[in-house]
Amino acid sequence: MPLSELVIFILIKAALAVVIFALWMTMVPVMIWIERKVIADIQARLGPNRVGPFGVIQPIADAVKLIFKEDILPKSSDRVLYALAPAMLMVPAILAISVIPIGGTVTIGARSFSLQILGAYKSPGLTVPELDAGILLVLAFSSLGVYGVVLSGWASGSKYSMLGGMRSSAQMLSYELPLGVSLLGAIVLGGSLKLTDIVAAQREMGVWFIAPQLTAFIVFFISGLSETNRAPFDLPEAEQELIGGYHTEYSGFRFAMFFMAEYLSMVTISALAVTFFLGGWHVPFFDVVWLGPVWFAAKLMVLLYIFVWVRGTLPRVRYDQLMRIGWKAMLPIAVINVVFTAGIVTWAPKAGAVYLSGAGIGLAAVTFGVISMVLRVKIGRSVDERLRRVLGRRAEGEAAGQ
Amino acid sequence: MTAELVVFVTMGAVAAVTAAAVVISKNAVHAVIYLVINLFAIAVLYLALSAQLVAFLQILIYAGAIMVLFLFTVMMLNMTGAIEMTDDKLSKQKPLALMLGLLLIAEVVVGAVGLLNQPSAVAIGEGFGSAKEVGNRLFFGYLLPFEITSILLLAAIVGSVVLARRKDDD
Repeated sequence: MPLSELVIFILIKAALAVVIFALWMTMVPVMIWIERKVIADIQARLGPNRVGPFGVIQPIADAVKLIFKEDILPKSSDRVLYALAPAMLMVPAILAISVIPIGGTVTIGARSFSLQILGAYKSPGLTVPELDAGILLVLAFSSLGVYGVVLSGWASGSKYSMLGGMRSSAQMLSYELPLGVSLLGAIVLGGSLKLTDIVAAQREMGVWFIAPQLTAFIVFFISGLSETNRAPFDLPEAEQELIGGYHTEYSGFRFAMFFMAEYLSMVTISALAVTFFLGGWHVPFFDVVWLGPVWFAAKLMVLLYIFVWVRGTLPRVRYDQLMRIGWKAMLPIAVINVVFTAGIVTWAPKAGAVYLSGAGIGLAAVTFGVISMVLRVKIGRSVDERLRRVLGRRAEGEAAGQ
Repeated sequence: MTAELVVFVTMGAVAAVTAAAVVISKNAVHAVIYLVINLFAIAVLYLALSAQLVAFLQILIYAGAIMVLFLFTVMMLNMTGAIEMTDDKLSKQKPLALMLGLLLIAEVVVGAVGLLNQPSAVAIGEGFGSAKEVGNRLFFGYLLPFEITSILLLAAIVGSVVLARRKDDD
């Protein structure tokens, strides 16, 4: 292999990485602006409207303000871990995008490469395959984010931060399982752990996996909300209970990094959902390689809008409810979906798109119907019992007092 | 070849230093963090051995899940202060630990010398270390051990639930 080929390979990959990382980082101010505007709309306010037209430059003004703020180091903190924690949250969130394909295979002359940082590359002298088991890399990085939260909580040396960190470690660990298991169904259907294969399988079958894997999509989205600490699962930073949760003590740019990490992981979860359930960069009719990233971005924005919409609509769940939803609803449903999908792939391997979609939507209706009924009955009963116990105790106390 | 050697030496050094730091460090949280770095270094070594799947699983399961539980437990038990090392309690263990440690080192040395005498490395097969290959081995070659392991884990889960259950729970 000539050396020039290697140089060109490195240049192309570096350019790809710079462009994709830059696009991803640009999503942060864009999302902050969209979130503030949409939430303001939902709450019948104006939202940011002073800096630039419709307040679009507001996030940049905020970033400048945060950078020039004093970086406070609490006296009781663990210096090294306190300084490192925000980076430990942000770096995995950025790296997770390196295997997500945002477009198809681009061919320039004799060279072709897929629009994915760790993707396939082909030239006359050099062939690099796509990373095997790329989805595991994304999940591995997203599971590392919890260190940033836990350690920032511990290293701050304050009880509110500590409680926030403890809550979040339990929460993120609990929801990592359904998050991973819900993707398994799509992996079984697509027959590969590579993200480009999953996208290609959806194109070949002629159906986006959101229909045959509707159950998995709902579980994935709910778990994604929890993994990214977004409302209604933003317990680690519940203001009324914990001041600011794990980032109570942080200020200045380190505080900004927590925010950036939250938005980045939100974008990453949405990008994963687009890849696994919404057909990636493909659309019917206008399926051109050069337009791939545009379609990808369009689907991404729809999902991100739903993230914001959910935040503006739903109240925060209680901690015991959060755990109950995670372990007693999300995980069993995700496992049932995997078994169901594996059964279909084994016994009806030639099932068409319509049949698959019907089965998937039917399964979602049955599982969510049954689980919500069971949970409602059980929650109702436990509330009744608690109420009776409290009332009984009060009656006893009154009897003893008189 | 040289690139592999550089990766091996640097990552091996990181793994050795952090492993020592886990034992030496007096702050339990710092020890956990050193162990996480150690697991990462070993994951990179797996990658250098072209075992991609094992490397990712190492990060996903050990670094991402199990060590978080360790950290969680350390915080729960509030072991965050410096641990006082009291020699008198462990005095009887020291000679035994020393002997067993020397035995282990001797074993490693004997094993390494034995490997040096072998003619050359065996060529690895097509798709070595891929998810497909590992899955095939696991579900065809080693199905029984795999199933036994899962039953063991299930028993452990049931046992922990039984132990953690409060008596007055309804």
